[in-house]
Amino acid sequence: MSSFAEGSLAVAVAASNRDEAIVASGQLLVASGRVTPDYVEQMLAAIEEFGPYIVIAPGIALAHARPSEAVLSSGLSLAVLANPVEFGSHNDPVRLVFGLAAVDHEQHLGVLSALAERLSEPSYVNNLLNASTIEALAALLDFERAE
Amino acid sequence: MRIVAVCGLGIGTSIILKMNAENALSELGIDATVEAVSVAEIRRSGQDADIILTTPDLAQILVGFTAQIISIDHVIDKQIIKEKLEKALL
Repeated sequence: MSSFAEGSLAVAVAASNRDEAIVASGQLLVASGRVTPDYVEQMLAAIEEFGPYIVIAPGIALAHARPSEAVLSSGLSLAVLANPVEFGSHNDPVRLVFGLAAVDHEQHLGVLSALAERLSEPSYVNNLLNASTIEALAALLDFERAE
Repeated sequence: MRIVAVCGLGIGTSIILKMNAENALSELGIDATVEAVSVAEIRRSGQDADIILTTPDLAQILVGFTAQIISIDHVIDKQIIKEKLEKALL
């Protein structure tokens, strides 16, 4: 199964600030069966505790909390925001908010590596930003099937 | 040599940093592995680290280490990581 399960993607997401953006990616993890709603609260607590370093590159956030009982299976989500929001990072503003759920420190490494590799290509990031439908986004993120 | 990639929880950003740093080290011909750890773990076990790779905001809170701290803005930018490691190690 893909790391981006059914229900884990959304485009043109309305979020007016950092917390709404994180909640959007967290709710997609809930909707796709990766986590319980408690995890979304843990994601917000994590950014409160450690700050906006999760904005890993210009415009791209990787929101997550630590492995916990709230994680049902490892996987990812992506909320493409309608309008960019400020996270208080040197990589602001953010429009791509990935959500990450990890059951442990190992299982998600392969997919995170593949994703980081893709995100290092500016043209790929542009394609994600310009995807107007969930289907288009899913096709772009379906890099595991090719492996 | 002990190289450690640090992020808040040790499962997201630090994993990406670790992978890109290991690629860069191998391209530089340096034989070293990189551990990905959380801020809590580095505080527990990081005193013998030689190099700490992290992000600028976390670099500010990692005080009291003898290790050289390299801070990386764009953790997915392999070129920047390679340049900074090269400068620090060669």
